[in-house]
Amino acid sequence: MTRISVRHFFPHKKCLTLLLLLLAAEPAWAFGSGGARFWFPEAVSSYGAQVDRLFVIVLAVTGAIFFLVEGALLWFLIRYRRRDGVAAAYVHGNVRAEIIWTVIPAAIVLYLALASQRVWAYIQGPPPPHQLELEIKAEQFAWNIRYPGPDGRLHTTDDVETINQLHLPVGQVVLINLSSKDVIHSLFLPQFRLKRDAVPGMTGRMWVQATNTGNFEIVCAELCGLGHYRMRGFVVIETPDAFQAWLKQVQQEQSA
Amino acid sequence: MSPAQHSAPSRAGFWRTYVFSTDHKVIGIQFLITSLVMLLFGGLLAALMRWQLGWPGHPLPFMEQIAPNGMPGGVMVPEYYNMLFTMHGSIMIFFGIIPILVGAFGNYLIPLKIGAPDMAFPRLNMASYWLMPPAIVIMLAGFFVEGGAASAGWTSYTPLSATLGAGQTCWIVSVIFVGTSSIIGAINYIATIINLRAKGLTFFRLPMSIWALFITAIMSLLATPVLASAVIMLLLDRGLGTSFFLPAGMVVDGVPWTGHSGGQVLLWQHLFWFYSHPAVYIMILPAMGFVSDILANFSRKPLFGYHSMVYAISGIAVLGFLVWAHHMFVSGMNPALGTSFMAATMVIAVPTGVKMFNWLATLWRGSIRLTTPMFHACAFLSLFLVGGLTGIFAASMPVDIYLHDTYFIVAHLHYVLLGGSLFGAFAGITYWFPKMFGRMMNERLGLAHGALSFLFFNAVMFPMFILGIGGMPRRIYDWSQYAHLAHFGPLNRMMSVSAFCLVVTQFIFMVNFFWSLFKGKRAPENPWEATTLEWATSSPPPHGNFATPPTVFHGPYEYSVPGRATDWVAQNAA
Amino acid sequence: MRREPQYTWMFLAGVLVAIGCGSRPQDAAATSQEQGGAKPVRLAQATEGSGVAPAPAGSGTIRGTVKFSGAQPAATHIKMDADPQCQLQHKEPVSKQDVVVNPNGTLQHVFVYVKSGLEGQTFAPPADAVVLNQHGCMYQPHVMGIQVGQPLEIVNGDATLHNVNCKPANSKPFNIAQPVQGMKSKKQFTAQEIMVKCACNVHPWMAAYVGVLPHPYFSVSGEDGGFSLNRLPAGDYTVEAWHERFGTQTKTAHVGDGETASVDFDFSG
Repeated sequence: MTRISVRHFFPHKKCLTLLLLLLAAEPAWAFGSGGARFWFPEAVSSYGAQVDRLFVIVLAVTGAIFFLVEGALLWFLIRYRRRDGVAAAYVHGNVRAEIIWTVIPAAIVLYLALASQRVWAYIQGPPPPHQLELEIKAEQFAWNIRYPGPDGRLHTTDDVETINQLHLPVGQVVLINLSSKDVIHSLFLPQFRLKRDAVPGMTGRMWVQATNTGNFEIVCAELCGLGHYRMRGFVVIETPDAFQAWLKQVQQEQSA
Repeated sequence: MSPAQHSAPSRAGFWRTYVFSTDHKVIGIQFLITSLVMLLFGGLLAALMRWQLGWPGHPLPFMEQIAPNGMPGGVMVPEYYNMLFTMHGSIMIFFGIIPILVGAFGNYLIPLKIGAPDMAFPRLNMASYWLMPPAIVIMLAGFFVEGGAASAGWTSYTPLSATLGAGQTCWIVSVIFVGTSSIIGAINYIATIINLRAKGLTFFRLPMSIWALFITAIMSLLATPVLASAVIMLLLDRGLGTSFFLPAGMVVDGVPWTGHSGGQVLLWQHLFWFYSHPAVYIMILPAMGFVSDILANFSRKPLFGYHSMVYAISGIAVLGFLVWAHHMFVSGMNPALGTSFMAATMVIAVPTGVKMFNWLATLWRGSIRLTTPMFHACAFLSLFLVGGLTGIFAASMPVDIYLHDTYFIVAHLHYVLLGGSLFGAFAGITYWFPKMFGRMMNERLGLAHGALSFLFFNAVMFPMFILGIGGMPRRIYDWSQYAHLAHFGPLNRMMSVSAFCLVVTQFIFMVNFFWSLFKGKRAPENPWEATTLEWATSSPPPHGNFATPPTVFHGPYEYSVPGRATDWVAQNAA
Repeated sequence: MRREPQYTWMFLAGVLVAIGCGSRPQDAAATSQEQGGAKPVRLAQATEGSGVAPAPAGSGTIRGTVKFSGAQPAATHIKMDADPQCQLQHKEPVSKQDVVVNPNGTLQHVFVYVKSGLEGQTFAPPADAVVLNQHGCMYQPHVMGIQVGQPLEIVNGDATLHNVNCKPANSKPFNIAQPVQGMKSKKQFTAQEIMVKCACNVHPWMAAYVGVLPHPYFSVSGEDGGFSLNRLPAGDYTVEAWHERFGTQTKTAHVGDGETASVDFDFSG
């Protein structure tokens, strides 16, 4: 029987020290020079805060389990390391313990499932009454975005079309019809906490309500070919007046 | 079925003994070597990707000679990057993890651990190995065909996979070979475990590793045909103009795709994940089994809650078939379906938790020897825990809307498949190496390899959670253009350096493997003082495994039984 | 499979290089733009990049202009806000290139070539490459000619991704990506074709037309609407003019040694 304990991990203490130093230095370097930011980008949609809150709940629950289990693992490895004259306990199991660690995790995941379902129903359920409806048609490798013209309806002659330019009026509920010409793309708006695949042959309907003005980006999140990484769009959230002015300007440019 | 027929010592020549052998031990070692080579190759592909992610667009001049089209002037082009991650994923899963866990250990261990002279169907067994080399050749041939290797991701989502060139066909044909290999392997495992157990070896005296391989084989048998039919349907859509996955009205690159109608794009995802989610469990259950054996041995303690461990594995297997669409929360499927798949996914955390707590309880009040296999088993526990817990984030649908297809998922799956499956595989290799080759591995090199791998693995993979939370999508050639990711440069470079170190660390293992193979200390019959049947014969075992068929009197984990002279009671001890 | 050992040591070398570079943190976004950006290739005039004939046999010339007699279409501008990298490079709005009428009433971007009259003669392709540049998210030139087998050098002069998606019917189609500024790729066409369209899927407004011919007698009308087919052997020729919107017109001409024949075309919207 080979007898090796924690002390035999590294033959030379220097080697271990060096390694630990290296590992400590890496994150310091990584975050020191780049400005540390560990968290989500800011949330600018009506359901952004709810998603973030749900994430924090899951993080708290799993974080607690993580520290509990890893702590116990380390503690057992040290506390019950082989010692001369000390035999291991002859224990095959314990029904009560089994019941406890079946029921408690079950209760936790039940809670998490209910909490998730509540937010899911809000995001995916029937949308609130909307003020604007627009259409996004994805193709390799661009987002074709269609806004209703002055008549307020889509698919009429006065529609306004842009490539990669998504303007949204702040505070208004906007309905988006998402589809694709060729392969699957995925409309990812990180700051809105929104992502949805654009699937050929299907039209996805979703809604957003922006809460702050600002400039953001559209990311394509589903592999769509060689230009996938460049399938970047731009989101401008502005006041309803500025939005109308922009729409009018684009329309004039188009009809010119 | 008469295993005695092929248990007679054979006087076959070199080819029949070492190459086209029907001996399960030779086949197991063939699987082992093949998959280790492929793991290294897949790791090198990953290192090349990390180069691009660490230093986007920077030239790597010597690469121009290897991949003149993929890296002209040493600068990687996006198509090549797409090929790299597609091939990395496919190679690691189909030629690395599944063959090493199921092919290598399944073949090597099942007859030995159940006291049988060989597999039920030795020729079928040989066929299951010899389907692998052509599969590998066909898959890698993709790099040399017009347009390069498959580049639609290992998931090969339609319609993208229908638009790509010959490399995608190579991928499909290769997967058909692999699938066939898995299916006939699974049939063999099931037949062997049911029929060839030694006298007295009841199902509830089977070691956990055999339980795990048994249930894995059942899952494999039920799931793999679905993958095979899905890829054949894809082949038909590509070549013969069928419309399983292609809807009407597609316009690809300005050209209308007439002649297709009525196809359903999401059907591919349903079929693919109906295989591939169970495949995740195919890739983790055997590792769980090995780890159970190893933890009990080196704690010198019976496995805590043996029966509940068996039920937990079975529960995971059943539930594993009911959760596939949690990969599709943002795919546009009915949101009500999402709810039911979330529920099943959350439930699967319960049996997984039971296993985790039982393993911990096995260590509790043990007498722990921190050998190389034990170190890897504990690394498995600590890393698989992270993989499992982060799965809960992805199971929570609203959170998954954000995290889906980001680096958070990349981190999660690597904690499961590299931190879980591969650390489990390394635990298995270091544990059974003496039995396979009759020599001990070097402990110092083994621990150094394990510890460095553990450290560098975490240094590469943990930051990926941060990238994912920051909104970095996966499968992306150059992240640096996005404003919300611009600050991730230093972190990405740190991860890349760690990834290179992780690759270099594997050479410690290679040195240890080959050095021990020829120069290692001779291994006795039972170097780890273990209870199960494979240790009741010589190292390595002769053709036919046992001089006399063993009879089993005890359970698999009789360690530290009070009143015994030794702290272990072999299963076949009277 | 044969290449695997090579892979192994080459990757090892890569790892070492990477560790070496790791000690100098740089801003990735900045460096990725600098890369290869030392000399963004600039081509003087859109029309003059189109293949120059080497030194063929004859000494005749066909010369002329392409007039435009239709209603002058209103100049329309390309919106480049889909990619800020493109927009940054243009202070003035960029006009569309499909119909460009010169101030003297002539039409630009008309591809004029000898359609028949050279049967039985072969012309070796020149070794010099014809350059197709991508600059300011526009192709330069917009219309060009090339000989069968002559190298086509595609250059990315922009700090953004361009993919060059050329779909000839008679030669092998290709679709290559050039993610980094200064990247060059060489391609060629193996069969005659009027015209091959090349486009960029990242910037949907980008389009280039390439006339592929087995001989060097082609020209593209420039800013004065003129074209010239030089060094023709004496003979009778059919000359065709091609425009992307207005289609084709053919004329015949006779050229003797040392003579210049005049042929004019007239497109009317």
